[in-house]
Amino acid sequence: MHKISASVNRSDAYDKISGKAEYVSDIQYPDMLYMSFATASIQHGKILKINIPEIPDGFYIIDGKDFPGRNRATIVAQDWPFFAEDEVLYYGQPLLAVAGPDPAECGLLCSSITAEYEELPAVSVIEDAVDFFNDYSIVKGEPQKAFDSAAMIFENSYRTGIQEQAYMEPQGMIAEYKNGVLTVRGSMQCPFYIRNSLMNAFALDAEHVRVIQTETGGAFGGKEDFPSVLAGQAAAAAIKSGKTVKVILDRRFDMMHTPKRHPSLIDIRTAVDNSGKITAMDIDCKIDAGAYQSLSGVVLERAVFVCTGAYNIENISVRGRTMKTNHVPSGAFRGFGGPQSLFAAEMNMYFLAEQLELSPLDLKKRYLFKKNDHSVTSGIFRDDIKFDEMIRMIEDSSDYSNKWEKYNTASKKSKNNLMKGIGISFAAHGGAFTGNGEQELIKSLVKLSAEPSSTAPYNVRILVSNVEMGQGASLTLRKIVAETMKLPLERIIFNRPDTLEVPDSGPTVASRTIMIVGKLLQDAAADLSIKLQTAAAPLSGKPVTVEKRYVHPEEFKWDESTFTGDAYPGYSWSVNVVEVEIDPVTYETHVTGSWAVYDVGTAIDMKVLCGQMQGGTAQSLGYASIEKMQILNGKPGQASFTDYTIPTTLDFPDTFCQFIDNPYRYGPFGAKAAGELPNEGPAGAFAAAVSQAVGKIITEIPVTPEKLEVELG
Amino acid sequence: MNNNFTLSFTLDGRPVSFNSSPDKRLLDLLREDAGITAVREGCGEGECGACSVFLDGMLVNSCCVPAVNVAGCNVTTIEGFSRTAAFKIISESYSEAGAVQCGFCTPGFIMASAALLQQNPEPTDDEIRTGLSGNLCRCTGYTMIIDAVRLAAGKLKPTDFSAPDGDDNL
Repeated sequence: MHKISASVNRSDAYDKISGKAEYVSDIQYPDMLYMSFATASIQHGKILKINIPEIPDGFYIIDGKDFPGRNRATIVAQDWPFFAEDEVLYYGQPLLAVAGPDPAECGLLCSSITAEYEELPAVSVIEDAVDFFNDYSIVKGEPQKAFDSAAMIFENSYRTGIQEQAYMEPQGMIAEYKNGVLTVRGSMQCPFYIRNSLMNAFALDAEHVRVIQTETGGAFGGKEDFPSVLAGQAAAAAIKSGKTVKVILDRRFDMMHTPKRHPSLIDIRTAVDNSGKITAMDIDCKIDAGAYQSLSGVVLERAVFVCTGAYNIENISVRGRTMKTNHVPSGAFRGFGGPQSLFAAEMNMYFLAEQLELSPLDLKKRYLFKKNDHSVTSGIFRDDIKFDEMIRMIEDSSDYSNKWEKYNTASKKSKNNLMKGIGISFAAHGGAFTGNGEQELIKSLVKLSAEPSSTAPYNVRILVSNVEMGQGASLTLRKIVAETMKLPLERIIFNRPDTLEVPDSGPTVASRTIMIVGKLLQDAAADLSIKLQTAAAPLSGKPVTVEKRYVHPEEFKWDESTFTGDAYPGYSWSVNVVEVEIDPVTYETHVTGSWAVYDVGTAIDMKVLCGQMQGGTAQSLGYASIEKMQILNGKPGQASFTDYTIPTTLDFPDTFCQFIDNPYRYGPFGAKAAGELPNEGPAGAFAAAVSQAVGKIITEIPVTPEKLEVELG
Repeated sequence: MNNNFTLSFTLDGRPVSFNSSPDKRLLDLLREDAGITAVREGCGEGECGACSVFLDGMLVNSCCVPAVNVAGCNVTTIEGFSRTAAFKIISESYSEAGAVQCGFCTPGFIMASAALLQQNPEPTDDEIRTGLSGNLCRCTGYTMIIDAVRLAAGKLKPTDFSAPDGDDNL
């Protein structure tokens, strides 16, 4: 273990434990206004008329006309309106907002606003969707030839459901407009995304928009996209009223109106030759984008780039589409298209193992990626992939193969016996932005500043736009700088970003914070150490600073127009085992064991890393089992923690986490992507375990007791 | 509202009076009138436990308690509880175990952990899981939170749950 991996207690723990930490809902300003939304009561239709009652003095109506730039949030695509214009595309879409000094009165006024519509046909689910936003195709090798000469062709379909991020802190923003400067504070992952969106919406230049992150109570992707919408809505009210405007969503509103994980429908045809070898796959991957495109195209890219999971298939043809439906736009959620594809890829291998009369692990082992293999996009895996070692470790900890044999020979469903099963899955996660996005789109810039201090010769301030949202970046980034400069950790300062102070080091997404930004900080810290040694009188009042901009390593090649080349600079890997017992009467599934082995390069802090893995695994197991959200009668059918259950302490056992040592050449101290990896594998392992237990392949998650009862009847 | 009334109770050891109304939740009274924002609103319907307080020593979700119900009662929030020796031990255990990530649920978990450990100083793992099952955390998967309670268990004496001498009673 590298010495940087040794755990350090987090410096933000005490304020969070005692409640002194200040989230956006805790911030008060004098003479502040609050905001409520009047929302669409139909799923799809033309707006004929909005009836607004008399609004008392001091209250303001905010609508789509209050955006001098564009009434559209910039979330990759620029199509999601802050407020509906002539049509509504989903139930609950904001028509307008009321801002005023009394939040209850704002809510009452909104509920007295009605609209008249000409209703139009609506699409609720991916199966019924016809239109799409994006249509991508990739071909690797010669799939047509392989299918033409195949001895056997197998087909199956896989489905995944909506998943809600369920960050514990609901979304919130505070906006003010003073002296021509628009300032927005709130819970967020990407301050510069919001700044950019506000600049476009209000036709302001960068000097006149300031975005400040407040303590962020969990995000998981859910605060990547939607904060640009909420910030725009609050900002419009602040500009119109000339007052500070605060908007905090309550849980039901948050769950009804914010993006969730894309549901998916993935059809896979597999060609097998007469020796039983898989020669090709033809994959049709549809993800449900909802009413607006926003960032769905990018989610789809990741979904298709990893569509065979951790398996090397020689010939591939994949088509991906983002389907248009009438519900709240789908958005970013930890894994970002990966969990859908990997579930399908894993269960397809399980399906093929049954068809070919092999054990799932036997079949999977034959196709696991190795160094120098080619990815779906014909990129090259340039680093060691240590699945052999990882399999040995997980066999030791979980006893997978022995248990699999035992459960496989046990008799299936009987009224008296628990049904038992164990499943194994393999996962890949490409770190950082797709293709040349880091180089062409983000152009990450970091800054370090050595500043005078009363208690030490100097302290070093980290200036980046990446946020602490619970994942531990405020500790791990400081550890990287401290270790590089050989300084005690307490002399490295990390504050929540304010776009006025920090350079744009990119968004806090895509497992890029340590791998990309951390590496830039490591390089900047090395430069700063040299600069401080050679500076004559380094710190007589004026800080000594170093900046570092990202340069994509030359060995990686990418053609965005054909999706060919190295889709990601580095990959992280995992092996997951899940063991289950199923009650033969109630069909309740009980997870009795959960194990994982990860290759994330070097751990920057072992405890932070384990926390990420355990938390992500619980989210993935929830995704596979208890977290069910549907569109019912055109509306979200579950919009509270009462209806949409996320894991509690009683749902899953502790995940036994292990890590292998496989330092990554371009990562700080060898670290690579970690945060999203635990959301990629466990769902497939869970479904494999349930499949073995019930003797029938699971092709759709979540696997609720009700669903199992119907399937097994 | 025309039905406003004065509500008196003991808050974190001190007698307090607030002007309140029949439809006010204890959570709002604590956050807005008493300014105790450490009591957090995560769901507003009793599912997540982020707003947990002690009401006459019982762990309750303050979002589900009408403020009027606490007239004459003893309400302890994380702010009052943080003056106890028990808080120090439990908070150190949370920090040491790595149980804190985004922190939004944490004060509620501290209150639930305290309620559990006060009744059952050395709980089994199953008892810890049951004792914390009314609180939701989305970051940790709970393992390190359970580790934290395990760490604190056995270190607490009954007197640790009172405010130190000279301080107001909780």
